[in-house]
Amino acid sequence: MSLEIQARFRVDRSAFTLDVDLILPGRGVTALFGHSGSGKTTVLRAMAGLERAAAGYFALGSEVWQDESRGRFVPPHQRALGVVFQEASLFPHLSVRGNMEFGQKRTSTAARRFSLPEIAELLGIAHLLDRAPGQLSGGERQRVAIARALLAAPQILLMDEPLAALDLKRKLEILPYLERLHGELSIPIIYVSHAPDEVARLADHLVLLDQGKVVASGPLNAVLSRIDLPATFADDAGVVIEAAIAAHEADDLTRLEFTGGRILVSQRHEPVGTRLRCRIHARDVSLALAPPVQTSILNSVAATVAELAPTNTPGHVLVKLDAAGTPLLARITRRSAEKLAIRPGLALHTQIKAVALLA
Amino acid sequence: MESTDLAAVWLTLKLASVVTILLLIVGTPIAWWLARTRSRLKGVVGAVVALPLVLPPTVLGFYLLVAMGPNGPIGQLTQALGIGLLPFTFPGLVIASVFYSLPFVVQPIQNAFEAIGERPLEVAATLRASPWDAFWSVAVPLARPGFLSGAILGFAHTVGEFGIVLMIGGNIPGRTRVVSVQIYDHVEALEYTQAHWLAGGMVLFSFLVLLALYTFNPARRKAL
Repeated sequence: MSLEIQARFRVDRSAFTLDVDLILPGRGVTALFGHSGSGKTTVLRAMAGLERAAAGYFALGSEVWQDESRGRFVPPHQRALGVVFQEASLFPHLSVRGNMEFGQKRTSTAARRFSLPEIAELLGIAHLLDRAPGQLSGGERQRVAIARALLAAPQILLMDEPLAALDLKRKLEILPYLERLHGELSIPIIYVSHAPDEVARLADHLVLLDQGKVVASGPLNAVLSRIDLPATFADDAGVVIEAAIAAHEADDLTRLEFTGGRILVSQRHEPVGTRLRCRIHARDVSLALAPPVQTSILNSVAATVAELAPTNTPGHVLVKLDAAGTPLLARITRRSAEKLAIRPGLALHTQIKAVALLA
Repeated sequence: MESTDLAAVWLTLKLASVVTILLLIVGTPIAWWLARTRSRLKGVVGAVVALPLVLPPTVLGFYLLVAMGPNGPIGQLTQALGIGLLPFTFPGLVIASVFYSLPFVVQPIQNAFEAIGERPLEVAATLRASPWDAFWSVAVPLARPGFLSGAILGFAHTVGEFGIVLMIGGNIPGRTRVVSVQIYDHVEALEYTQAHWLAGGMVLFSFLVLLALYTFNPARRKAL
């Protein structure tokens, strides 16, 4: 059974108004994406009960944690949720183990789902249990913070830009653990971020926020492939494709297959069958009316034009394509669009210059 | 040292210990409130707590003497409760000292609570700790240096008081005659040798207290 998360919050502050009404899936990772000041952190804090929206409703399945129309507000310590903040915020007076036990001790034995050794193993911190928080690296601290939150048996995990305070190396170190959580936990994760790469890599469901309002909310690719979004989101336009490794070829390339086509990428070391996410930026996709020949670009996928929209890059348009069910985006000049007479329904060939593998 | 000197030393230590314990009990909630409130009363309460820092002890002693006297509100209360009157008794001295040393305990603890910030308490809340639980399991341990400073300063300041003791306690051997008053008596009687012993002892004591404070509590160095 999949729970549904309902969140409606209205916050009025002098310089900022938040007004969101969301229904989110009760499983997988939902990313709240937006620029700073978009209200994404406020939404997360309201969900946690750390901030009380004057007009608010928040329910996880049948469990209603806030319903201001009935005067109901469950304080944060009585909500079965976990929060991971941008800074790990470990308690400096407790060891790693002490930090992890903090929430666990305050959770009834019946509600506990994981043991401390299991979680320590899952997050790769089993060797750090007796250290003090000050002796850990930034990435290790954040993993301990995640472990600590999970041991309090949350029914939902809220993460507020958990990687933003880390440098690239630490980020790359911690992302695989987040992907493991995604794969192994049954609880929903709300993930606040302003980093498109993290979202593309982790999210199943995407909510775009801008100036306190929801701009779009839906399954990751459905939102990413929308071309009617405000210009702020169009710069980085692109889609995420779920592909599986089909074969390792002799010339150090790996062939991936997805619904709608196949692409070649630099050699991967995972076994055949492994599922990978890859991101294809609109700016890396060009269009041709005939199957491209005599070109250095290896990847070409047949697709049909779905719709066109202007972008905020002068002289460019964004083209949404359908490759046998998989949406693709291409950013081309308006001149090219006119020259090729690109219009909805036109069958053509995409040339994909670059594929970013996300795992 | 004469037996009256020893009695004065003993009484002083007893007074300072009782006052310090009471101050930690009374001062902690005040410090917590001052550190966390957004009430407009914060300024007023903060100023009242800090008054003993600037007032001459005689002023505070005078008002407390009046309040604890037969016609004062505290005096009427204690009489109604069958305790009798507090001036010139050890409990009276304790109460006066609590008022007098309050800022020395409240301010370091308040600073320590403020330095913790909101985040650790929010984290505790998301880990199922009620506000009361979080206070004891997170705020107090994290504010430990503030408690240490407050206790040491409160104790030392009570040992060093003079004016308020004279106003409230008078000079009753074994009951209200503390070291500072005893030194005064010795000097009045031209007993400089005895005065030297006690005065020198006070200097040494104060130095050791401050040394402990500055050595074991580096954060305090900036605050003082």
